[in-house]
Amino acid sequence: MARWGMVIDLDRCTGCQACVVACKAENNVPVVPPEQARERRLMLWMEVIPEVEGEYPNVRARFIPRPCQQCDHAPCVKVCPVQALSTSPEGIVSRVFARCIGCRFCVQACPYGVIQFNWRAPLWPGDLYEALDPDIAVRPTGVAESCDFCRHRFQRAREQARAEGREIRGEGDYVPACVQACPALALVFGDLDDPKTEAARLARGPRAYRMLEDLGTAPKVFYLKEG
Amino acid sequence: MAGPVHQRDPEDAVLFAPVLGTTRRFWLGATPLLAMTLWGMYAYTLQLRYGLGVTGLNRPVAWGIYIINFVFFIGISHAGTLISAILRLCKAEWRRPITRAAEAITVLVLFFGLGSIIMDLGRPDRLFYVLQYGRLQSPLLWDVTSITTYLTGSALYLYLPLIPDLALVRDRATGWRRTLYTFLALGWRGTPGQHRRLERGIAVMAVMVIPIAVSVHTVVSWVFSMTLQPMWKSTIFGPYFVTGAIFSGIAALIISMAAVRRAYHLENYLKPVHFNSLSLLLLVMSLLWFYFTFAEHLTAYYGGELGEAMVLFAKVTGRWAPAFWAMAVLNFVIPVAILANGRTRTVAGSVVASASVVVGMWLERYLIVVPTLANPRLPYERGFYAPSWVEVSITAGAVSFFVLLYMVFTKLFPIISIWEVREGREGLVTAQERMVGYLPGPVAPVTPVTPAGRR
Repeated sequence: MARWGMVIDLDRCTGCQACVVACKAENNVPVVPPEQARERRLMLWMEVIPEVEGEYPNVRARFIPRPCQQCDHAPCVKVCPVQALSTSPEGIVSRVFARCIGCRFCVQACPYGVIQFNWRAPLWPGDLYEALDPDIAVRPTGVAESCDFCRHRFQRAREQARAEGREIRGEGDYVPACVQACPALALVFGDLDDPKTEAARLARGPRAYRMLEDLGTAPKVFYLKEG
Repeated sequence: MAGPVHQRDPEDAVLFAPVLGTTRRFWLGATPLLAMTLWGMYAYTLQLRYGLGVTGLNRPVAWGIYIINFVFFIGISHAGTLISAILRLCKAEWRRPITRAAEAITVLVLFFGLGSIIMDLGRPDRLFYVLQYGRLQSPLLWDVTSITTYLTGSALYLYLPLIPDLALVRDRATGWRRTLYTFLALGWRGTPGQHRRLERGIAVMAVMVIPIAVSVHTVVSWVFSMTLQPMWKSTIFGPYFVTGAIFSGIAALIISMAAVRRAYHLENYLKPVHFNSLSLLLLVMSLLWFYFTFAEHLTAYYGGELGEAMVLFAKVTGRWAPAFWAMAVLNFVIPVAILANGRTRTVAGSVVASASVVVGMWLERYLIVVPTLANPRLPYERGFYAPSWVEVSITAGAVSFFVLLYMVFTKLFPIISIWEVREGREGLVTAQERMVGYLPGPVAPVTPVTPAGRR
C-alpha cells in the first residue's frame, strides 16, 4: 500500500501563498475576519510561515509552508478520546467532524501547532458560500480540524483507478490541492515507499529533513534545506 | 469555656441547630452567592450560543481557565476523602469533628471539577460520545474513569458515616424533613449488629478510597505529561500533582472549618488543637510542594533543552514572572513563615496561611497550563492568554455555587459527625488502653476515665 508523503523544497518556495488559497478553497475552510485574526484565531490548514534570520543589514528571510505533518506516530490520534481522529491504511491522518467533542486535546498534543479550532460559527461571506464544495464536510462551531492531504482527492483517484481496473499509481494520480497550485513546483507529492517516485527520491536525499524529527513523531512531510 | 463540652451541652444541641432551623444570616449570605451563580449561568448560555469564541482562548493557547479550574477543583477535592480516610485508618482521635466537613468538600467540589471539563468542551452536546465511543488509550478517558469512580466512592464514603446522624436528626425533625431523614437513615436503630456492619463498611471504603484518590490526580497530571510539550512531559507530574492536590485540599478544609465554626458557634467542637494538627499537615505539604517544584524547575534549567528553557524562562524571568514569584511566596514563604512558628499557628494564622495557599495553588495550575501552550517547541507562534469576562464570570459562578451548595449541605446534614464525637467521648477508656499498648514495658495501672455527666 502507498504511503503518501510531501516534500517541500525551501529553495523553491517564493512565499506566494497560492497553496494557502488553494487549500482554503478546496477544503471549505472558513474565512476568518480581521478582528478574529487579531484575536489569534486564524484558520489555515496550510500556512506559509516567514522566518527571518539575523539582524539588519545581514537579514535572510525564508518561507516555510506548513501543512499537517501527517505523522506516522501521530500524537493527536493517540489522545483523541472519541476516535474522531484516525490514521487511514494509507497513513493519512483524517477526522470525523461529527464525532469531535471539541476537547482540543489533539490541539495540545500536536507539537507542530497545525490543528485548528472553530472558535466561532464559520463564515463564508458573499459568494463564497456558493463556492463551497458539497463533497467536503462543513464544520460547525466547536470542533477541531486539520489538513488531511486532501483525502477526498485520494478517494476519487482510487475510484478512478478501480474503474480503469488498475492500481493507483504512486505518482501523478493523486495530489493535494496545495501541490497542484504551487507555481514554483516547490511541493512534490507521492508514494514515499515507492523508490521510483520523485517524492521518495527527494525525501531520501541529503537535503531532506523533517520538523522536530527527534520527537519521534515520524512526519510524512519532508523539507529540503536551502542549499 | 469551662469544663468539657459534654458537661455543658449534653445533647450536642448546637450541632443540631443548623439542621433544624435557619437564621436570617444564612439567607443574607446565600443571596449574593445565588446571584453570582445565576450570573455565571447566564455567561455560560452565551458560550453555548456563540461557541468558545466568547472566551480568551486562541492559537496556540487553546486551553485556559476551565482546564486550570478543572485541575484546581479536583485538587481541592483531595482534602476530604483522602485526609479523612487516612486519619480514620490511623485512628487519629482528633479527626472526629472534622471528617464530615472534609468529605462534603470532596463530593461537592468534584461536580465542579467535572463541570469545568464540560464547560471546556466545544461540543458539550456530544458529551455522551465519551461513553459511547470512548477510547481507553486516551488519557482523557482515564480521567473520566478515575473521577467517576472517585465520585461514587466518595459519595458512599460520605453517606455511610452519615447514616447514624440521619437517624438522630430523624428523631428530632418534623414534617417533610422527617420523611426525608427516615428514608435516608435506612431504618437505623443503632443496634450492635448495625454498628458492626457500618464500621466494617466505613473501613472498607476508607481503604479503597485512598488508592482511588491518588489515581485521580495522577491521571489528571497525565493529561499533560503524556504529551510531548515542553515542561509537561515530566515523569514526576503524577506525585507532584497529588502533593499539590492534598496541599490545596487541606487549605480549603481549614477555611471551611473556620467558616462553619464561626457561623454555627462550634468553638467547642472545632478547637484550636484541630486547626493546629491540620496546620502541621499543611506545613509538611508546603515543604513537600517546594521540594517538587524545585526539582521540576532545576532539572529543566540544568538540562537546558531549548523547548523547556523557553517555557522555564518565560515563567521565571519573562512574562509570567509576577505570577511565578507570587506563587512561590503564597505557597511557600507565607505558609511556612506562619505555620512553622508555634505562636502564629493559631486558628486565625492557619486561615490566613490557607487562603494564601488556595490562591497560590490556583496560580500554580495556571503556570502549568498556560506558559507551555504559549511557548510551543516550534518558534513560529508565541501566544498569550487572558480570560474573557465570560470565563471569569463562569469561574466566579462556579465558586459561588460551590460555597452555596456547601452551605445548603450544612443545613441539611450535621456538618460535624455527632455519633462519632459521642463515640469518641465514650471511647476514652479504649483510647487510653490503646496508648498504653504503644508504650514499652510495665506501665502504671490505668485509672479509668468515665465521662462525667454521661452516666
